[in-house]
Amino acid sequence: MTTRKKKCVAMLLAGGQGSRLYALTNNIAKPAVAFGAKYRIIDFPLSNCINSGIDTVGVLTQYEPLELNEYIGNGQPWDLDRAFGGVHILSPYQAKKKSSWYEGTANAIYQNLNFMQKYNPDYVLILSGDHIYKMDYSKMLRAHQQTGADCTIAAIEVPLKEASRFGILNTNADGSIYQFEEKPKEPKSNLASMGIYIFSAQKLFKYLKADEENPNSSKDFGKDVLPAMLNAGEKMFSYRFKGYWKDVGTISSLWESNMDLLGESPAFDVGDADWKIHSRNPLAPPEYIGKNAVVHNSMVALGCEIEGTVEHSVLASGVVVEEGAIVKDSVIMAETVIKKGARVIYSILDEKCVVEENAVVGQEKKENAGIAVLGRDVTISKGVSVAGGKILDKDYKGE
Amino acid sequence: MANSAVGVIFSNIHDENIPELSRHRTMASIPFGGRYRLIDFPLSNMVNSGIDTVGIVTKYNYQSLIDHLGSGKDWDLARKDGGIILLPPYSDETDAPYTNRLEALKGITGFLNHRNEEYVVISDCDSIAHIDIAAVLRFHEENKADITMIYHEEKEPIDSSYFMTISPDETGRVRSIKINPVFEGKANLYINIMVMPREFLLNTIADAMMRGLTSFGRDILTKHVDTLKIFGYKFDGYYAGVNSLQKYFKHSMELLDKTNRDQLFGARDIYTKVRDSAPSKYSDTALVRNSLISDGCSIDGTVENCILFRGVKVGKGSVIKNSVIMQDTVIGENVELDCVLTDKNVVIRDRRHLSGCEALPYFIAKGRMI
Repeated sequence: MTTRKKKCVAMLLAGGQGSRLYALTNNIAKPAVAFGAKYRIIDFPLSNCINSGIDTVGVLTQYEPLELNEYIGNGQPWDLDRAFGGVHILSPYQAKKKSSWYEGTANAIYQNLNFMQKYNPDYVLILSGDHIYKMDYSKMLRAHQQTGADCTIAAIEVPLKEASRFGILNTNADGSIYQFEEKPKEPKSNLASMGIYIFSAQKLFKYLKADEENPNSSKDFGKDVLPAMLNAGEKMFSYRFKGYWKDVGTISSLWESNMDLLGESPAFDVGDADWKIHSRNPLAPPEYIGKNAVVHNSMVALGCEIEGTVEHSVLASGVVVEEGAIVKDSVIMAETVIKKGARVIYSILDEKCVVEENAVVGQEKKENAGIAVLGRDVTISKGVSVAGGKILDKDYKGE
Repeated sequence: MANSAVGVIFSNIHDENIPELSRHRTMASIPFGGRYRLIDFPLSNMVNSGIDTVGIVTKYNYQSLIDHLGSGKDWDLARKDGGIILLPPYSDETDAPYTNRLEALKGITGFLNHRNEEYVVISDCDSIAHIDIAAVLRFHEENKADITMIYHEEKEPIDSSYFMTISPDETGRVRSIKINPVFEGKANLYINIMVMPREFLLNTIADAMMRGLTSFGRDILTKHVDTLKIFGYKFDGYYAGVNSLQKYFKHSMELLDKTNRDQLFGARDIYTKVRDSAPSKYSDTALVRNSLISDGCSIDGTVENCILFRGVKVGKGSVIKNSVIMQDTVIGENVELDCVLTDKNVVIRDRRHLSGCEALPYFIAKGRMI
């Protein structure tokens, strides 16, 4: 019987389908979506955990978990392969009394009470797997201890006109929360919950059990558990985060967030040596930039072979851009091939796509067109055009 | 069959051929090809052929090697049984650390005795090639050979301090072995990788020690070429023998040729230490042509015909041509480099103009600031 314990255990909600990413999440969960030439979305919360000194992480998966599970593996790339602690995949399971899928975020955590209790933690950190950000959770934990809160919610200021998309925190001057409004029509403040919570463990366990017994609850943190705690008069504080934080749950926000990596002083820097983003690294030689290639304002990963022109784009490992081909304002995922004379403009191409010779995908951004999207393994035939804003998950030979 | 062989890699042999780069490190840990160390090539060849136990013979200067290898996990060689086993020199009151290959092998007989694989694959680190070791083992078994030596047809003179050429007949049986011969035209250069049965090697070492022999090449291979069944396995793919700084530079540049690159990197993975660098960034002012760029680089200037290792920075207005720039080198603004070879962590300040020539690249030692 071990007497060891963990001060803080993180629970990462990674079951989301990410239906607004359309073809990009046909077969994979949202946290497994590729980002920033070599990363996947889940690399960010996992790296934040290990960089913050949290070495015990439960990853709750449900939707299309195969690739995500394989990617996380034993957690070694994030230094989360531990004898005590480390990363654990927590999928819904069959129990003696009943078995059920995760219904809502609170129920998902409730179903894994045993996992958390095994480590006898003082605190539980709840995370989601759909955001790109760098955050030192240990600072938030210190704030949680200093205020003596039962629950601390990370919060960021958002433009007031967008505030109704978020859970909004109404706070006193000391940061304590007096009201919590889930997606209010007329928000009173622009302080949005980031979906990152620290609970004192025993309080969390108590409220999860109560919520589970409440037949009227939708079993959601934002809608049920947090309001219940506030109504009961528990101490709840906000923790202000001032940094880059982006929900990449839509095609346009995923595109924007990738573009935020570019430029002389990028909005978001993944090359920060003091806060490394760990990932499962591609095994590939250095990228080759050819004799007539032009690569401007772009990020290019290992193993690419570039003979054409690449402008303002993010290219993942093993992408081939042949001579005379143009890639502009685009996100190209691993091992996609853009053949001679083809053009890819303002688009997101998933892994292993082929754009045949002289084909065109997407339209200039200024023409007011949307982002063109190709799902995994899609081939666009020679000379064919795919209009801006089109989303394809099957091979396309033209109208 | 595949894991019926154990690997042995000599990390320090031939260090003297390339003193500029081996001054602070073993031959094994000399950086090559943008993101690799020389040992990654023999190690990956072994792993890709199913070998999961590799003893690495070290002698001195092996801190950088230990740092590179870590637990062996990046080669999938962090194993309960076997994996990467570092073999530092063995010495006691009667034995000094080894001075030649035979003594080095004697020092690892304990390791070899405790294995149960049938064969031993012995490799040095100065041969860069993608070799299917499993095929070599099959060749060895088919010929029921005592020793199989891998060779490559060389057309250029060799400027190494010690090398062997072999003459196999049409069946592959080696009929003569020469040490440091003068040759014109072609020669079959032994590329310092051989295979033999483990028991045979152990007996040979014991016998050699009794007789006070000191050189594996001179006292065993050349002396017994008639009595031992020595076979030559011809390797036809891309081969780079790193036996001088000039050769190092030349072979680095050869990687800009797609054919060479495909032969070395294609088809199978070359494993190396994972550094979690971000992908490289090219700015609006970057102009990169015919170059290999590793991860973590940030390029604002012009780079032509170059190999850039991980984490290299090239400032605005700088023009870098025909150069090999190693890890974490920082090049300031308006710098001009031509035929320059920088070791790791070099800083080149703004407006410096440096150039060498292909035959003699301008070499800048590790950590220097210019």
